[in-house]
Amino acid sequence: MFGIISHKLVASTAGGSPGQPILRAAVLAMMSNYSTATKQIMVREALNSALDEEMAADPTVFLMGEEVGEYEGAYKVSKGLLRKYGPQRVVDTPITEAGFTGIGVGASCHGLRPIVEFMTFNFAMQAIDHIINSAAKTNYMSAGNINVPIVFRGPNGPAAGVGAQHSQCYAAWYSSCPGLKVLAPYSSEDARGLLKTAIRDPDPVVFLENELLYGESFPVSDEVLDSSFCLPIGKAKIEKEGKDVTITAFSRMVGYALKAAEILEKEDLEAEVINLRSIRPLDRSLINNSVRKTNRLVTVEEGFPQHGVGAEICASVVEENFNYLDAPVERISGADAPMPYAANLERLALPQVEDVVRAARRACYRSVPTATTA
Amino acid sequence: MAATAFSASKFTQSFSLNSTRSVDRPPLFPASHPLKTTPSSFLGSTRKLSLSSPSSSTSRRRRRPSRSPAVVAVSEVVKEKKSKSNVSLSNPLITNEEGLELYEDMVLGRSFEDMCAQMYYRGKMFGFVHLYNGQEAVSTGFIKLLKQEDCVVSTYRDHVHALSKGVPARAVMSELFGKTTGCCRGQGGSMHMFSKEHNLLGGFAFIGEGIPVATGAAFTSKYRREVLKEADCDHVTLAFFGDGTCNNGQFFECLNMAALWKLPIVFVVENNLWAIGMSHLRATSDPEIWKKGPAFGMPGVHVDGMDVLKVREVAKEAIGRARRGEGPTLVECETYRFRGHSLADPDELRDPAEKARYASRDPISALKKYMFENNLASEAELKAIDKKIDELVEDAVEFADESPLPARSQLLENVFADPRGFGIGPDGRYRCEDPKFTEGTAQV
Repeated sequence: MFGIISHKLVASTAGGSPGQPILRAAVLAMMSNYSTATKQIMVREALNSALDEEMAADPTVFLMGEEVGEYEGAYKVSKGLLRKYGPQRVVDTPITEAGFTGIGVGASCHGLRPIVEFMTFNFAMQAIDHIINSAAKTNYMSAGNINVPIVFRGPNGPAAGVGAQHSQCYAAWYSSCPGLKVLAPYSSEDARGLLKTAIRDPDPVVFLENELLYGESFPVSDEVLDSSFCLPIGKAKIEKEGKDVTITAFSRMVGYALKAAEILEKEDLEAEVINLRSIRPLDRSLINNSVRKTNRLVTVEEGFPQHGVGAEICASVVEENFNYLDAPVERISGADAPMPYAANLERLALPQVEDVVRAARRACYRSVPTATTA
Repeated sequence: MAATAFSASKFTQSFSLNSTRSVDRPPLFPASHPLKTTPSSFLGSTRKLSLSSPSSSTSRRRRRPSRSPAVVAVSEVVKEKKSKSNVSLSNPLITNEEGLELYEDMVLGRSFEDMCAQMYYRGKMFGFVHLYNGQEAVSTGFIKLLKQEDCVVSTYRDHVHALSKGVPARAVMSELFGKTTGCCRGQGGSMHMFSKEHNLLGGFAFIGEGIPVATGAAFTSKYRREVLKEADCDHVTLAFFGDGTCNNGQFFECLNMAALWKLPIVFVVENNLWAIGMSHLRATSDPEIWKKGPAFGMPGVHVDGMDVLKVREVAKEAIGRARRGEGPTLVECETYRFRGHSLADPDELRDPAEKARYASRDPISALKKYMFENNLASEAELKAIDKKIDELVEDAVEFADESPLPARSQLLENVFADPRGFGIGPDGRYRCEDPKFTEGTAQV
């Protein structure tokens, strides 16, 4: 523990890192009480510190994307990195998604470890040929000769009032493709750990962040702030244990699921909330174990309902634990329509906490199963 | 950077190849359009390329007052060299060894592709097979100048690029037969030839897909030199693609970024005038592809792609430029594919007269003729090479025939480099096996 403190003191005097005030606070906290003081850091800072540390540790890691350099990131996630690492490692690109994504894939086939940032994953559709055809499939097509250690990251899913072309969730699309690993962090701990693992991983990783989560703060332990902190790919996390109904969610919906669980507590229903963290590979064993315990399942996601993540989880549970299910699986997803602009319609098009609560009640037979669909 | 772009645009304006600029041209093809009536005027432009001088912006500004246009067909360069030497017989462009090497490589490409056609019709090969007959001069002319560390990225018409780059004929043939001894263990196929050892980065089915990947490999070369401080890293990347690709968005995106960042890449256009059944002239507003280079600030060259020596001269300059760090070049090789687009293509739309005209310019016969005229090789030597290649190709077929099919377990292999989905730690073991994976072990 003191090794970690002295390490951080050295780091904090090195100057210029965005986590510096936090580290100083950490040191002070350490000095005042010897327990694992928990700090609050924003998801944005967590991502920034992960990028910073990985770029410092490995000179072949570089960041590429629109506005990542001088603008310090369209959402300020790459703040300070240009100053620290220079324009050859934090590369501002022209608005050419297909071109620069392909350049990233070519560079990673040939020995570098790029991080390609998309301003949002909606724009990545212009580059999806390279994500799927050149990145995901190359290791297979070359029979293991050429691997592609690339990370595609950026905000995914709806934001607030940005309209139909800026609000789609791509988790289901990318996770249907073999050869890709798809991660969706929720808290700062998830963001740091999963991004570090993604950068160190020898395969292409699609890292789906969320714009509205960037500004949210979460408590993190010292372990999380350590420079070698990594979370495993393919393992989900049980955010809250329960025994009556399993609620799976990823990204922003984990927050909603936790709030729904609080409401359900008052009705004497203990929900088990699972933060998926990794959409591909999906942690099927953890989800199935949970369903074997609770016998009821609600899946929550922001994306379109048909062929969504919830559909895959439902199929997996039905295939493996059909006899353990006491009620039909409830799927909560976004509406089956492009995202409207009007604020009230947008609210209707996205899952809300009340929807999760109602679904949990239905799964527990506390209310009449709904036969209506939108 | 601004000066370069400005001077490049000056060059474009000084071109006046018979009103091919869309600004002057009326919307429809006028009957007197040179490209419509006399295709030969499209061949061999008369522009001059200032490749040999350094590309400093000051020297460009000095040259601007003389208004010399920027791009030349290498036929001009070759003629100049010949006229300077005055006795072409005593000063050939290649030595005896080089000539034999070029001949052997082109004959290997031709025999291999012919054998592929035979094997396909016998059912040993399947799926999409795109043959390279007729275009050997481009592959040989460029790739034989590369080192092993230089990269080549190609399209689906990649068998001969793989062979020229050094992938053994046996490995390519087995791959085509779908056997486990192929260069990609049968998992790639005709359109996806990869070789880490020979730095062949594919083999892409989507046209235009290889161009950004090639640009990325060039980016890596520059990054290695400047960020990782490997001072001797001067690896060059060649991107091969066709005339149809030159209308694709990714092509332009990469021309822009390659010129912007001065990447060591040569964009080689194999303009065989046809994209399956779509004639280049029907698909492109301005069919002269080399002109698209100066629009982005890099030299554009047009060369006769049926003549391996001309291609080689241009390639030397372009690859040299890239190696010296002077940036990318766009080389348009005018060539022709003797067979259809693929073995499934009935090839009905191409005029037999056009095919005959190009068949008379067969690159292998042309090189043979040149070597005899300049006493670089004897008939016996060339026949020996022919025989050697025949044996090599037959051996490759035998080897592929006898190789085993992939085992069933191979289906799900190689999807990931790291199948456990977590990552390999600095000690080479899977991170998830280390019980202390979240404790502080790494140094920043």
